[in-house]
Amino acid sequence: MTDTAITYPAGAKPNAFTQAEIGWRPWLPPLPEEDLTERHMAGLVEPARAKNPYFRLLVRDPDVLQARTRTDKDIFYNTKAGLPRAERELAAAAASRSNGCIYCASVHARFASHYSKRTEDVQRLLDQGVGVDLGDLWRAVVAASVALTATPIAFGPEHVARLRAVGLDDLAIADVIHGAAFFNWANRLMLSLGEPEPPAAG
Amino acid sequence: MSATTPDVIDHLLGIAPGSRLDAIRAQRPAARENAQKTYLALFAPDLPGDVTPQERFAVAAFVARLHGDGEVSAFYASQLAAHAGDTGLAEAIAAEAAQAAAHGPYGSYPPGPLSVEDTAGPLHHVAAAHRHVLGARLAAAIEHAHLLVLHPRDASPQALQALLDAGWSTTGIVTLSQLVAFLSFQFRVIAGLRVLAASA
Repeated sequence: MTDTAITYPAGAKPNAFTQAEIGWRPWLPPLPEEDLTERHMAGLVEPARAKNPYFRLLVRDPDVLQARTRTDKDIFYNTKAGLPRAERELAAAAASRSNGCIYCASVHARFASHYSKRTEDVQRLLDQGVGVDLGDLWRAVVAASVALTATPIAFGPEHVARLRAVGLDDLAIADVIHGAAFFNWANRLMLSLGEPEPPAAG
Repeated sequence: MSATTPDVIDHLLGIAPGSRLDAIRAQRPAARENAQKTYLALFAPDLPGDVTPQERFAVAAFVARLHGDGEVSAFYASQLAAHAGDTGLAEAIAAEAAQAAAHGPYGSYPPGPLSVEDTAGPLHHVAAAHRHVLGARLAAAIEHAHLLVLHPRDASPQALQALLDAGWSTTGIVTLSQLVAFLSFQFRVIAGLRVLAASA
C-alpha cells in the first residue's frame, strides 16, 4: 500500500527562531510503537526514543539510525578535551540558523544557553542572524560553522586561523568542524521529514 | 565487505596511521567508527532495503558534484560507474549535476518575521533527455536531493508526495533522506579536516 504524505491544517506554527520548547510533527507515518522489533530497538539506541515520532520515523532504517545516533553522541558528549560543550552547541545552533531549521535551532540554542549562561547572546544570534557580534571566540565559531554550512563548502584557512587566534587547539577545531557538519545532517532530516509545531497546550 | 572496507573519510583525506589527522580522529573514536558504519549501512547494507545500489550511488554522485569537491566527486562517480556499467546513467548524472549547481543554503521561511530573509534560488528539474535514462523513481530522487542539498528549508509534504507518486515507499524515502543528509555531513568533515591539516 502506498503511503500518503501527512499534511496539517493551516494555523499557528512556529515562524521565528526561539529558545522556547516547541514540538515537531512528521510528514510521513512513523512506525507504530507496538510494531518495533528488537532490530528497531537497537536502532533507537535509547529505549525512551520509542516514544518520539521523529525517531520512530527514522527507525524505518534502523542500522543507519543507530550509527547516526552514536556519531552524534561522540561529537557532542565526548568531553575528553577539545571544545567546551557550550561552543559545540553554538556550532550546532549556528549551522541550524544558517540552514533555517527553526526546530533544531530551538533545541541547540537552549543547550548553548544552558552551558554558557549567555542566554541573551544566544537570543541575539537567533534574532539578528549569524553576522551578529558575540565576541571573538563565538564569532570565530559561528563564522566557521556558517562557512561549513554553505554549499559548495566555503570553509578555508582563514577560518582555522581565526579559531586558533581565539585559543582553540587542533582537537577543539576538529570539534567545531564535526559539530557544524553533524547539523548539516540533522537539519536536513528535521526540515524535510516534518515541521515544527507549537508547544502542546496546557 | 564491512570487515575489509577502509574508512572512507581516512581514504579521501589520505590519512596515514600516526599522522596529525589520525591522532585527532583517534580522540573521537566512536564518531570515526560510526561515520564509517553509517556509510556502510547506506552503501553496503546488510539488508537490501527499499533503495537499489544503483540508486544509492547515483544520488551520491549527484550530491557530491553539487558540493564541488573534486576528490569526493571522483570517488562517488567511480562507484556509480561500477554500478551503472554502460547504461549512460553515470554520464546523465554528471550532466544533471553540472546543470543543477548553485550556491546554498537558500529558500523560504514560513510566512512571518523571517520572510525578510527569504532567498530565491533555482528548483531543479531533470532534463527530458535524461529522464528516460534515470527512470521516474531516480529522476524524482535527484530532484529531491537537490532540494535537500541546496534549499532544505523549502521542503514540504508535497515534495515527499512527489517521491511517493514516483514509486518510493515511506521507508525508501527515509533511507534516501539519510543518504543525502549523511553525505552532507561526510563531505563537510572531509573539507574541514583537509583545511585543518594544511594549516600549521
